[in-house]
This record gives sequence, C-alpha cells and structure tokens, in this order.
Amino acid sequence: MATVLEMKGITKQFPGVLANDNISLDVEEGEIHALVGENGSGKSTLMSILYGIYRADAGEIYVRGKKVEITEPRDAINLKIGMVFQHFMLVEPLTVAENIVLGSELRRGPFLDYDQAVREVERLSESYGLKIDPHAKIQDISVGLQQRVEILKALYRGAEILILDEPTAVLTPQEVDDLIEVMRNLRAKGTSIIFITHKIREVLAISDRVTVLRRGKKVGTKPTSETNAQDLAEMMVGREVLLEVKKDKAEPGEEVLQIRNLVVKDRRGALKVNGASLAVRRGEILGIAGVEGNGQTELVEAIAGLIRPESGQILLNDRDITQWSPLRIKQAGLGYVPEDRHRRGLILDYTVAENLILGLHTEAPYKRRFGLQDFRATKDNAAKLVEAFDIRPPFPHQPARKLSGGNQQKVVVAREFDRNPDLLICAQPTRGVDIGAIEFIHRQVVAQRDRGAAVLLVSAELDEILSLSDRIAVMYNGKIVAVMPVEEADEHKLGFLMLGGRLEDYQAGGGNSVAG
Amino acid sequence: MWDLIGLLVNTTVFAATLRMATPLLFTAVGGLFSERSGVVNIGLEGMMLIGAFTAVAVSYFTGSPWIGVLGALAAGSLMGFLHGVASIKYRANQVVSGTAINIFAGGLTVYLQRLIFKMAGVSEAVPRIVDVELPIISRIPWIGPVIGRQNPMVYLALLTVFAAHIVIFKTVWGLRLRSVGEHPGAADSVGINVYKTRYIAVTLSGALAGVGGAYLSVAHLSRFVEGMTAGRGFIALAAMIFGKWNPIGALGACLFFGYADAMQMRLQEIGIPTQFVQMMPYVLTMIALIGFIGRAVAPKASGQPYVKEG
Repeated sequence: MATVLEMKGITKQFPGVLANDNISLDVEEGEIHALVGENGSGKSTLMSILYGIYRADAGEIYVRGKKVEITEPRDAINLKIGMVFQHFMLVEPLTVAENIVLGSELRRGPFLDYDQAVREVERLSESYGLKIDPHAKIQDISVGLQQRVEILKALYRGAEILILDEPTAVLTPQEVDDLIEVMRNLRAKGTSIIFITHKIREVLAISDRVTVLRRGKKVGTKPTSETNAQDLAEMMVGREVLLEVKKDKAEPGEEVLQIRNLVVKDRRGALKVNGASLAVRRGEILGIAGVEGNGQTELVEAIAGLIRPESGQILLNDRDITQWSPLRIKQAGLGYVPEDRHRRGLILDYTVAENLILGLHTEAPYKRRFGLQDFRATKDNAAKLVEAFDIRPPFPHQPARKLSGGNQQKVVVAREFDRNPDLLICAQPTRGVDIGAIEFIHRQVVAQRDRGAAVLLVSAELDEILSLSDRIAVMYNGKIVAVMPVEEADEHKLGFLMLGGRLEDYQAGGGNSVAG
Repeated sequence: MWDLIGLLVNTTVFAATLRMATPLLFTAVGGLFSERSGVVNIGLEGMMLIGAFTAVAVSYFTGSPWIGVLGALAAGSLMGFLHGVASIKYRANQVVSGTAINIFAGGLTVYLQRLIFKMAGVSEAVPRIVDVELPIISRIPWIGPVIGRQNPMVYLALLTVFAAHIVIFKTVWGLRLRSVGEHPGAADSVGINVYKTRYIAVTLSGALAGVGGAYLSVAHLSRFVEGMTAGRGFIALAAMIFGKWNPIGALGACLFFGYADAMQMRLQEIGIPTQFVQMMPYVLTMIALIGFIGRAVAPKASGQPYVKEG
C-alpha cells in the first residue's frame, strides 16, 4: 500500500507546554490509523497542525510523497485533507446542504445554486451510504446525523485523508456502531482515516494501526493486531493500569434514597421525568443506563434540589426533601458530582482551594465570626485533599481553570467524597477524563460504597455502568423501565432497553430488533 | 367611533406611514447586515445623525440633494468602518463602541452645524429631493394615494428591503454572511474570511444608516435640525429585532412603527395632548418588544469578537 501522508519531526511549543515534541506519523492509503493518548498528550495539536489551524515550529509534512506547506485550512482542503472536529463546525439554522457546500459553493453568478447543492449531497450520500435529508436544518437533527454532515462536508471537498477528532465521544452506543460501519465503507473506497480517540475498545475494534502519544511525545506505532487493551493502556499512561474495577460483592443495607412517582419538567417546560420510581440502598452502587436526554439529568437535578419537581416524592434517609433547597439537601447528607463540572461543579476562576470548600463555606471551620472566611482552615483542607486525591499540579492557589479536565474532576470528586455523604450521586463522573484518572475515580467510588454510602451512578458509558454498578436501572423516556442485578445485564440487553425495547420482548425474542 | 377609525384608517395616514417608515427601513436593514455578521451595531442612531448632517452640508455646497445622499452614504460607511475597527480588530465591547459613536455624532454634528451655518439649532434650508408621481399607479383608487405619489427615497427604501432579502438568503455571500454571524469558527474552518465579511457588513450597515439619516434631512425636510434623528436609530434596531433579523420582517415592523408615528400626527390634530401623543410610538415599541419578540433568536455569535486560533 502507498503512503499518503507523512509527518516528520513535528514540534510545537505553546507558552509553558511543549505540545508536540518531534512527532512523526505516517498513514497509508485506505488505512484506519488510530491516534490515541490521554488529554494533553498532543493528539489534537498534531492534527490541528496537519489541518492548518496551528503552524508547527519545526518538522515537515509530505502528502502523496510531496513536501507541502499547510498554513491555513484551505491549504489542507486543497490537499484533500478533511477534518471532523470534536465540536462540530456546523451552522445550526442552515440546512444540511447549505452546510456541506459552505465555503465551496456551487454558483450561478452571485447566487447560490441550491438545487445543484442538494443533488450533489444526494449523490455523495448515495455513494458512501451516508443517509441524510439535505433539506433538514442542523438544529433539528441528532448529534449522530450532524456528525454525518461533517463527514459529508469533508467528502464534498474531495477528502482522501479524513481526520476524525474523538468522533465517538458524543455518540450513543448505537450511533457508534453506525459510525464504525461508515468508517469501514470509507476505507473500502480508499479513504485514509486518522481516528483520534482515547477509548481503547474502539481502537481495537476498527483500526489497522495505532500510534500512541504521551505528554507530547510519540510512544510508538503498532499494527492493531499486535497489541491489546492492557498494552495500549500502559503505553498511554506510562505505567501499569487496572482496566477492570476491583470490587467485592455489595452488602446493601437499608434504603437511603427513595423516589416515588417523580415528575419533572425541564427549564423550557418539557416533561422530562414522567413518573419515575427508584430506591438506592446503603452500600450499593445503582447505575442508571440510558441514552442521554431521557430524563437522567433532570432526575438527578431534582434530587439535588436544583429543579423543583412537578409532583412525586424524594426521600433521603426517610425524610421528605422534595421541597428543600440544594444547600439543605447537601447538609442532610448528599454528595453530588454533577455531569457538567464547568457549569455546576466548579467556579473556574476561583482557586482550587476555594473550589474545595464550595458549599461548605457556610459552615465551621471555614466560616468565622462576622462572615469571614478562615483561610487557614481552607488551606489545610486543600493541602489534605490535593494530596489524598492526587490533584495535579499540586498548587491549591491556582485557578481551577488552569487544571486539565481530569484534575478538575478530581477537585469536584475530592470535595464531594471527602464529606462521606450518605447518598452520593455521580453523574458522568469520568466524562472527558483520562484513563489514569478514570481508574482513580472508579476506585474512589467503590471505596465510598464500601464505607456505606448509597451511590447513584449516571453514565452514558455502558462500560462504566457495567463495571461499577451492583444493580442497573434503565431509563427511557422519563421512566425507569427496568431494574436488574448487574449479573443479569449485558451491553446488548441494555442497548435494547435504552432504545425503548421491552424486557419481555427481549427475553422472548432474543432482542434482535427494537421494532419487533 | 367611526369617526376615529376613519381618522386613523385612511389613505393619507397610510401614505404618511410609508414616509415615516422610510428612514427606519434603511437603518433597520443596515443593522441587519451588521448583526447577521455577528457585530451588534448600537451606533445606528449616531450613524444616521451624521448621515443627516452630511447630506445637508453636501447639498448646501453642491446644490444637489442626491449628491448629498451619496455624501451621507460615504460618511455613514466611514462611521461603520470605524465601529468595525473597534469591534473586529480591537475586539472592543460593541455596545460601548456603538454608544461612543452615538455620543460622538451628537457632538460633532452640533459643532459642524454651528461652524458651517453659523446658526444654533437648525441649518439653512437646502435643496431637497422632491416627490414624484408614478404614471399609472397613482390613478389606482386606494393604492394610488398611498404609494402613487411619494418621495423617490421611499421607493428606494422598499427596493433596499427586497434587495437585502435576496442578498442575504439567495446569494453565496449571504450564505457566508449568515455563517459568520452564527458560527465564525465553522466559517473559518471552510476558508471563509470572517474578518473581511464582518468589515463589509458593518461598513454597509453604516452606509444604509447614513442614507436613512439623509432621508430625514434632505427628503422629509430640507434642513438639518440638531438631534433630528430623535431615537429613530434605536427604533430601527428594535424593528430589526422585532422582524427577527429578516428584511421582510423588518419591513413589517418598520411599517408598524411608521404607522404609530403617522397616527401620532393625526391624533395631535384632534386635540389629544401633544406630549402624550408623542409617547405613542415608543409605548407601542415597548409593547411590541415585550409581546412579540420573546422567542426571537439572534444570530448566535452576535456581539462576540472572533479570535482566530494559532
């Protein structure tokens, strides 16, 4: 096979960080090349250099054997390099066809030839098997379809080398399957794909070769067939990693959280939780599986007191907390790791030390007379938690904004776990977090369970639900549609239930079809 | 009762509505280009005022009000461009920059007016653009009295609205303009020059606001009066929002505000206190804004400077 792309000795220095340190990468025609590494390992920087968003300080790029200079995205596009960003570059009020042709429009004089654009999109979507409605507006279609538009956008520009930046991060398991199918189609047609991810399972499932980066340096490139999950994890993290969560069997006690017929509307007035009932017991982890947007967020926010339910009851240690304020609920024994740490978990411009006492700042020892803050207590607390939760870099006086996603999450986890709450809610606790930090957070969650906390885990990652939970509840369309011990659950079954399939049908028909 | 309705619903009022809507139309369409590109232009009022003054000054020296309009267009463009430099290049707060332009325009026009015309308050009378009569249309009953005999700039304003609609929604440049105002990062990633697009749009918005101002001074009247825009730039801004950032919508809103203005003139005639009546357009504006545009969606990147990476 011919080599279509070679990057040699790429180096890029940002203020204070050597993001890429002499990295080389080669990609062959019709190959799916996985580029993996933890956050901050330099994957995105390397690809941004290839796509002309950043300029390398040193190094050379060869496309189809010819040395090239790529100084802006247009250069990359002209070299038939396409990129699908993690945060989509789509204009929401415009249609699919308009987005696809934007910047390289088909014209009739000064006018946009929209009909021709639609025909072109239909032709592409036909030949690559990427079904899409060209007239739909981006704001009306699902994330999975939006990603499809991004891929079509690159193909419309003639991309032969396609960069996919963490494409699976935003997808549901079923959408991931579709994407893998699309990637295989593209490969069959000779397109080379650079697939950025930090999910090892996906690397093994689809890639031909894999290149691992760590802290700006290349660790190595291997054919996927010659490696395995443990090997890749160690290459990424630089030490041995426990991929499986070690835990003993749960010894559940009394019910700490009881939810009865809860009905919650979101801020726009849409009904999101529609009569959900649930109980979590002391010493167990209850995982809620579900496609995002099926009411998990609102369920959790209602428990934390952030949204007032329409009706129903929430009991914490047998006390009705349904109408309580978030602070009072917290003081009554709730620990809460919110799904969006930037919006709910941290104040990014506050220091790590200040973030570590948020919500506790109204209590001793942090509050002194006349409403003054006790800086010594704040500092001691920070020193203790930074050490115990391995928050890096270990500088409590830094603004939280400066930390990596994984370390920001550790700040939230440290604050919420350290209080030893009776009920611990962990919503997407490892979203956007490195493998090393995931391992750490998972161990802490299990430790909380073993201490006797009731843990409610909400995650879009089925792997996480399956490996951490003692019991699993499936949420669909605002209701808890099934609860089962983890021993009776598997990915296939959960996927079936998450899409609205009924448990009885699954047991009857083996769950081959949701429609049936 | 029927008397009152007869007073408020007749061809004279509708003709006046068109006249009063005209300066708003130019300016609202101008503001629309700017906001569609992602730059909030609160300086429309000042740009109008400078346009109104420039038109009179140029008309005074050249004897041609049409050259005066061109002068207003140029002066407005310059102000628009300056707003662009502040908000695109230097990423200044766009509301502050626009407010600065409004205050600057108020001072500058008063100063120049006294310097050139040596009179306080108003300028000398200058040649103005006179009304024209459309040959056949003016004879059609009902329609004729409304649009058959109007100032050429009224027709020009209506043409501007439809031209803007075509430019924004049917041309390649319009598609790019909208993408720049919604998601500049996306536009940039497909090779669209975000800064250039924004400069063109903001300059154009100043040009149109300038022409809107010129209508007031060399078509509606034939002289400059200090502060003569009297908040019309803001009303135009409101009309743009009320019309949901669409030229046709803005047309509807401008006609609505124009009608309020025209009605005010008629109500004064029947002895309702002037001060009260003069509040009417503004009260209606407030009601309209509260009642109707609650769910209007602005271009997403409106007001946000774009910082290119790398």
